[in-house]
Amino acid sequence: MAKIRGSIVVDIERCKGCEVCMVSCPTGTIAMAKEVNHKGYFYAFPANPDLCIGCANCAIVCPDGVITVYKTKI
Amino acid sequence: MSQATGIKEIIKPENLVYKKTKVMTGKVLSYCPGCGHGTTHRILAEVIDEEGLQSETIGVSPVGCSVLLYEFLDIDWQEAAHGRAPALATAIKRLLPEKFVFTYQGDGDLAAIGTAETIHACNRGENIMIIFINNGIYGMTGGQMAPTTLPGMKSSTSPYGRDVKMMGNPLKMTDIVATLPGTYYVTRQSVHTPANVKKAKKAIRKAVQYQKLNRGTCFIEIVSNCPSGWKMTPVESNKWMEANMFPYYPLGDLKVPAEENPQKQTNPEKND
Ligand SMILES: Cc1ncc(C[n+]2csc(CCOP(=O)(O)OP(=O)(O)O)c2C)c(N)n1
Ligand code: SF4
Ligand code: SF4
Ligand code: SF4
Ligand SMILES: [Mg+2]
Repeated sequence: MAKIRGSIVVDIERCKGCEVCMVSCPTGTIAMAKEVNHKGYFYAFPANPDLCIGCANCAIVCPDGVITVYKTKI
Repeated sequence: MSQATGIKEIIKPENLVYKKTKVMTGKVLSYCPGCGHGTTHRILAEVIDEEGLQSETIGVSPVGCSVLLYEFLDIDWQEAAHGRAPALATAIKRLLPEKFVFTYQGDGDLAAIGTAETIHACNRGENIMIIFINNGIYGMTGGQMAPTTLPGMKSSTSPYGRDVKMMGNPLKMTDIVATLPGTYYVTRQSVHTPANVKKAKKAIRKAVQYQKLNRGTCFIEIVSNCPSGWKMTPVESNKWMEANMFPYYPLGDLKVPAEENPQKQTNPEKND
């Protein structure tokens, strides 16, 4: 059966670590990194990429617009 | 299929569902982490892009944290003196009526120093869109009390909380302008959750389309956060906003065009 699979790309150097995407993700795909980017922010990343459904919630709520979203049926 | 191949298969141009609009210049936003200014800029840029208005739009940017807005949206701009954006937008729209003209203003800008310009532009029914970012504080200058600061809310100039006996009550500018015959569409939205972002974007799109009808001022308040001024994390600030700002500034339409929905003009219905 076809399964919806999504994937996000976070521009980690421009992420400000606000966590707004993380709390808006319905599937728990996103977590904050344990290391910082060059600005000193704990950036967001897809810690559980297999869970992503490509709903784009994270991207549309990101104040800095640094998330790109892909979706397909596998 | 291994996880790595799985993701490579997904990240392909034909599977793209969301990317930043070309109307955003790509410059790094000057805002604090989690600030609603950035989200509002982006949905505004998306509507301008989707409506094909990039070369037909003139924005008027304010004084406040969003003073550099002209750096972030790739459209034509005029920077206004503090609070004067609606007056400038009036001139621009009257001289260039074919252009889509809007202002973008904070609460210090629109509801304090610019109160007169706001009310008179709305009262004249200038055919412009006003976007009003209400975070209840002067964010840029260090979190001072604004006319919109909530009763009891702490700010750098009301460290014990706003005492309404001494400092007056918060000014509900959106409610005021909704009573003026010059306004055509007046709504209050937020951008702190995906669902709210979608609604706010819809409201901006309506205002853009209404401007073509030349029926008056469209006024969109975005109740927003100021994590730095409120001294909270972004996620905490959004929760605080829901619990404290929304009861005082309830989300929803305050005035919708009579021809679109005859009941709603006299009996405004909240959309939340
Ligand atoms: C004529 C004038 N008076 C005062 C100031 C100082 N000032 C700069 S921004 C600002 C208030 C900004 O608050 P707001 O409009 O709410 O924007 P925010 O930063 O909260 O988005 C003030 C009083 C100024 N720049 N010019
Ligand atoms: S696209 Fe949806 S499921 Fe995937 S990370 Fe973003 S919010 Fe989560
Ligand atoms: S919402 Fe955007 S800026 Fe904030 S943590 Fe997520 S990716 Fe980073
Ligand atoms: S001071 Fe407040 S309004 Fe200004 S950028 Fe920071 S969080 Fe946003
Ligand atoms: Mg403000």
